[in-house]
Amino acid sequence: MALYSEKVMDHFKNPRNVGTMENADGVGEVGNAKCGDIMKIYLKIDDGIITDVKFETFGCGSAIASSSMATEMIKGKPLSEALQLTNKAVAEALDGLPAHKMHCSVLAEEAIKAAVKDYYDKNGIKYDEKLFGSCDSCCHECEI
Amino acid sequence: MKVYADNAATTKMSKHAIEAMMPYFDEIYANPSSLHSEGQRAAEALLDARERIGACLGCSSKEIYFTSGGSEADNQAIISAAKIGARKGKKHIISTAFEHHAVLHTLDKLKKEGFDIELLPVGEKGNITAEQVANAIREDTCLVTVMYANNEIGSVLPIAEIGKVCKDKKVLFHTDAVQAAGHIHINVKDENIDMLSLAAHKFHGPKGVGVLYSRLGIPLVNVIEGGAQERGKRGGTENLPGIMGMAAALEDACAKIDENAEKVSFLRDKLIKGLSKIEHSALNGDDVNRLPGNVSFCFEGIEGESLLLLLDEKGICASSGSACTSGSLDPSHVLLAIGRPHEVAHGSLRLTLCESNTEEEVDYILKCVPEVVNYLRNMSPLWHDKVSGKKEFFLK
Repeated sequence: MALYSEKVMDHFKNPRNVGTMENADGVGEVGNAKCGDIMKIYLKIDDGIITDVKFETFGCGSAIASSSMATEMIKGKPLSEALQLTNKAVAEALDGLPAHKMHCSVLAEEAIKAAVKDYYDKNGIKYDEKLFGSCDSCCHECEI
Repeated sequence: MKVYADNAATTKMSKHAIEAMMPYFDEIYANPSSLHSEGQRAAEALLDARERIGACLGCSSKEIYFTSGGSEADNQAIISAAKIGARKGKKHIISTAFEHHAVLHTLDKLKKEGFDIELLPVGEKGNITAEQVANAIREDTCLVTVMYANNEIGSVLPIAEIGKVCKDKKVLFHTDAVQAAGHIHINVKDENIDMLSLAAHKFHGPKGVGVLYSRLGIPLVNVIEGGAQERGKRGGTENLPGIMGMAAALEDACAKIDENAEKVSFLRDKLIKGLSKIEHSALNGDDVNRLPGNVSFCFEGIEGESLLLLLDEKGICASSGSACTSGSLDPSHVLLAIGRPHEVAHGSLRLTLCESNTEEEVDYILKCVPEVVNYLRNMSPLWHDKVSGKKEFFLK
């Protein structure tokens, strides 16, 4: 059995929305170099709709595939919908991830939330803090 | 193009080794412990293999114990020395920080049993000196276990010098020679090695079979209890086909050590020279005392698993010490032991060559690796932060 599903390999080898964005409306970066994965999401937002999204990832195959899939899933969607994207949905859309790689999908969810939060903060938009819970599945390296 | 560059993980079996195994499946298949003539034919073959392997290592056939591989041999050697030491109240063991897990995890177990384990630092180049060992030996030291050559970064350690120190100080000396046997000249007597482990599949022999050499007079402790095989020191019917394949493979490898080393190190050096041109990269391990086939690099700003997957797409089989390839959170203990920061260790690549690799294959690797590294760096936020000066580079 292969390590990854065909979908993971497809998104890893042909990542969608990879790159940077000038004058992004919201930017979110999560993870850290010590743990071996960093995900950065750039959002272009018009009237509460994500009109464009780009990502950059330092990490393993599943981290790159999770970023790619997550960006596909929120492109063209309203922010409210993007905030509801769960890591589970990302992993399912990829036809599953190995157990020890599930944290890659968590990073994708958190990177999107961080980018939306950045957009809210920059534009003085009020939001419910509960929407952006603390990361509970990472290595907690950042807390040390 | 298909390029197999993971020979430190395992090698392709030689035709000769396969042929040497064949009669022992359906022709001379009797149990070497059986009294009947068929059994005795098998016993003769077993003795023949024992003698031939002893000759390759410079020891007597009576000092060869067949095992299931390198890990079992490491376990038995270390546990035996620890038990011998404990009887005399000696519970201090010296090793290095970058041993194979077969050694380190056995030492961890002994630590829990009250042994004092001292792991010598291996420095930036990934090597130790005999002086370090001499300085670490105490009255209560019962064992020095130091690998002959490192499996990840290829450093070859000064085993003969360490052997002399141990002999002078009357301390048992074991070496895990899994990566060295068949690739470097070894003579256990000349090098004052008391115990040595090797595995057949690292020199074109079969998997699941290895050797523990243990100098006459060392009272080995059983790891596997059972019948009287291996002079009562290792229960279980002998893997005769495997042992015959191992004997053939080791003889072939030892007969061609110089010829192979010359060929393989030429390819290795070409690969190292070419990969060194990639900016912000570094060779891991000792650049002088190095296994003929080992190339180990760290590339800053990328992660090793994605590098391996993309190389695999291009037909290149390699390995990495990245955490993602091991299933653990931490990258290779070997790369951390030579002082690579975590994030740099995540971006490691190991290419290990053998004599059947070609210069065309090396050229192909040298074409593919920079492409893949650049591709991954282009999508890495970490790399971009370093290029823009937001974060500092670790490697020049």
